[in-house]
Amino acid sequence: MGEIRLMKGNEALAEAMIRAGCDAYFGYPITPQSEVIEYLSREAPKKSKMVVLQAESELGAINMIYGAAGCGKRVMTTSSSPGISLMQEGLSYIASAQLPCLVANINRGGPGLGTIQPSQSDYMQAVKGGGHGDYHLIVLAPYSVQEMVDFVKIGFELAEKYRNPVMILADGAIGQMMEKVELFDFIERNQEAPEWATVGRRPGKDRVFITSLFIQPEKMEEVNKILQAKYREVEKKEVRYQQLNIEDAEYLLTGYGLGARICMKAMEIGREKGYKIGLIRPITLYPFPYNVYNELAPKIKGILDVEMNAGQMLEDVKLAVDGKTTVKFYGRMGGMIPTPEEIIESFENHFIYGGKNV
Amino acid sequence: MKEEAIFSGFGGQGVLSMGQMLAYAAMKEGKEVCWFPSYGPEMRGGTANCITIISDSLISSPIISTFDTVIALNQPSVEKFEPKVKPGACIIYDSTNIIEPPKRKDIKIYPIAGSEAALKLKNLKVLNMVILGAYTQLKGIVNPETVINALYEILPERHHRLIPLNKEAFELGMDLMMKLV
Repeated sequence: MGEIRLMKGNEALAEAMIRAGCDAYFGYPITPQSEVIEYLSREAPKKSKMVVLQAESELGAINMIYGAAGCGKRVMTTSSSPGISLMQEGLSYIASAQLPCLVANINRGGPGLGTIQPSQSDYMQAVKGGGHGDYHLIVLAPYSVQEMVDFVKIGFELAEKYRNPVMILADGAIGQMMEKVELFDFIERNQEAPEWATVGRRPGKDRVFITSLFIQPEKMEEVNKILQAKYREVEKKEVRYQQLNIEDAEYLLTGYGLGARICMKAMEIGREKGYKIGLIRPITLYPFPYNVYNELAPKIKGILDVEMNAGQMLEDVKLAVDGKTTVKFYGRMGGMIPTPEEIIESFENHFIYGGKNV
Repeated sequence: MKEEAIFSGFGGQGVLSMGQMLAYAAMKEGKEVCWFPSYGPEMRGGTANCITIISDSLISSPIISTFDTVIALNQPSVEKFEPKVKPGACIIYDSTNIIEPPKRKDIKIYPIAGSEAALKLKNLKVLNMVILGAYTQLKGIVNPETVINALYEILPERHHRLIPLNKEAFELGMDLMMKLV
């Protein structure tokens, strides 16, 4: 068993970074995730040779990530919503250049400069591209402090396996709350640079060149085909999700991250009232577990999707269900968090009282 | 066993630390714990609070709206959280500080003269430890010794000289609660 600690989500994420053998962190502080760079500045020098650098801005940080990832280093940055928006150009370049890196977005309420309170309003930006061009990030959605730790390890592995940027999409509450965590042991990594890394020309080999500029459309289309083939493979192999109380379920609640945690409590309350409620929690938001919903839909009277936004994952749930059952939505916006009681009230209004009180 | 508590008061009264100490002690005793702070503009001069959940099994939502125990160190916290005590559950408040006490008939109300006790120890900052002692005595969820030992692990070493004073405050709080129940 690994070391057990009581940690904040942001600190646990930072500690996991050190333990995963991350070579460099570049970032710029922003609430509610400033503890990441604070923790790394304090702890990383004691435990590793990791570079921890506060960049001049989020644009600086993401382009440092681009450069260091290109040298075959294991690198990560973190930010919150407005900062992640500033990084979108860089992420598009990194995806096009097929470089591995890990990015965490500790989502806060928007749009604009918004609020520092937790939100899930960056779902679309995270899973549908965010920057320009046809690309995807692999997106992991932790719902506990433990998963903030575990997903750093899994995130680096996925990024390097597919040479693709991976995002951990959490929110201010997961970042700020403390829970018991089991930390994995320090990982010894092979420090040899991969073949594609720009670390000087190897004897007898061609020059290594990293770019996202392919001025001839024929070549650009080839690159796009390679990316799309990679995404199809990711969609086939890397879908992760959790199901609870599915066996006898007549209705489903669904949500991700903190939303799913609150739904779990709502499900407990609902079951006490005699409603047969199950729960689906997507763990990878891209690739999205479409099949799981699709296969369950015909057996289910209705699904209530709960998010801390105006209904973003809702579009994917509806695509997945493909009209085979009713999908309703309950959400709070702008940094407000739904309570389990609100969710059950919405559930009853939609599915028990036939929408009369909605 | 499941305890859903909220610690609330002014920023600076140490309410976040109270919840954290309890969570840490409960974790040491093998429980599942979750601590969720209010953060943001309300912390500066306004009210601060933290939800602390302790359970034998995995904890679902960290966000809850009714509580088994409300701990209130200032007037606004009584006003805000008294209505959120579950029927039959309890509220502990600092009766030195709070002029308008809780009024509900369907809950248990425990006035603890915490600030007065802290002033006797010549340090108002240990108010939180007095109240935490009272809480620990009342609920019996964690062993008092585990809480005191937790201080050695949570506090940076430069503050360890203050632990005896904190221990004294904690025990004073336990005594005050013992007299009430």
